[in-house]
Order: sequence, then C-alpha cells, then structure tokens
Amino acid sequence: MNILCVCGNGIGTSVLLKVNVESVASDLGLDVTVTTSDAGSAKGTANMNDLVLTSAELAPELEGTTTPVEVIHNFMDTDEIQEVLERNM
Amino acid sequence: MADLNKFLPDEAFALDVEAADWRDAIRLAGRGLVNAGFTTDAYTDEMIGTVEKMGPYIVIAPGLALAHSRPSDAVLNTGLSWVRLSTPVEFGNKNNDPVSLVIGLAGRDENEHIEVMSAIASALTSKDKTAALADAKTPDDIRRVLGA
Repeated sequence: MNILCVCGNGIGTSVLLKVNVESVASDLGLDVTVTTSDAGSAKGTANMNDLVLTSAELAPELEGTTTPVEVIHNFMDTDEIQEVLERNM
Repeated sequence: MADLNKFLPDEAFALDVEAADWRDAIRLAGRGLVNAGFTTDAYTDEMIGTVEKMGPYIVIAPGLALAHSRPSDAVLNTGLSWVRLSTPVEFGNKNNDPVSLVIGLAGRDENEHIEVMSAIASALTSKDKTAALADAKTPDDIRRVLGA
C-alpha cells in the first residue's frame, strides 16, 4: 500500500506524519511505503498512491484526485492514524 | 539516535516565555533558529508567510505548532527550535488551539532532519513523555526526554 503524506511545504508536518504512519503500520503488520509531498505537487503524485493523508486546512487543495484523501486532525494521535489506516485497507 | 545537541542546541530554546499572538510565537521560534545559526531573519518571515498563505495547518496536534517554511537561501543549516509558551495563544486552528509549544524547523531538504523528527514524533505520541516535556526545566531535560 502506497501512502502519500501531504503538507504545505513537504518537509515539516508531512515528515512527522510519515514517521507516525510508518510506526502504526508496523504495529499493525501492514506493508506500506510512505512518501511526503507539498500540497502543490501532491495533485500530480496523488494518483500514484493508494491513500493520501493530510490536514483539514490542506484537504481542499487536493479536490479532484481519484485517490481517497483522509484528514488527520491530530498528527500525534496514533489511535486516529490507526483507525484511518484500517478503514482504508 | 539523532544528534540532539546538534539539531536542538541550548541557543534554540525559549522556555516559559510570553507571546502576544501567533505571529509573535513564530517570531520567538525564528529567533531560536537564528540564535542557533540555522537560519537568517528572512526565514522567520517565511514561516509567518506560510501560515498567512496556507492557514494554520501547522498546528498539527492539540497545543502543538510546527513552524516552518520550505528550504531556501535563508536556511543555513538544518535544525530546530523549541518555544514553550507560558500562556497559550490561538492560531485559528479549530481542532488544536490554543498552542503552548511551538517547534521551529529549518530544513535544507526533506531527509536531513528525519532522525530528530522521529525522536520528536516518538516523544509527542506518548502521553507520559509529552507531560515530561511540559514539565522539563532545562534544555538538557528536554533533550533527555527526546533521546530516551
């Protein structure tokens, strides 16, 4: 499963989210490849992924992509991340 | 293990300080980055500009803002700053306001800081460590919690 984490600049919040997604996926025994991107280039790369994770503020920028986009409200809540991953498996 | 002394040196900390508003809070994070030799003053304006342009998405968890902008000439070295506010301020993020911890991040690329970001993520996903970080008295204490 390929997961794209999107933030405004692609180096900050998306990197923190990637770290936590990888940790949750590992706990669940999921085989995932997590990449990060800024919102601007995410529209182009989203379709190459199975799932896109981002924040509530940035989700509207990804409208029109065919890949499911899920909003994470608390990037430090592994329960929330786990729930989203399980829902999209 | 991330080299916390390099990425989060003493000069990068401001503990239990007052900020008038979110811009002021980001300015404090910017000052920490400048003091530590990670950025020039221009980066501070870029971090504020990021929020003005894209909204308060940098408030990624309750009470936590990750102030940053993209790699630019204003980034001299990769590193972080740590600003703990004595009075939380509103960033306009309806889920996660108010903010009491602002982490400033300057990155030359998306990889160099991954280890220190992993240490921070691991600490802030733990309730015990998050509480220990809020109570920590000195930069050394904070680095110890992050490195544990």
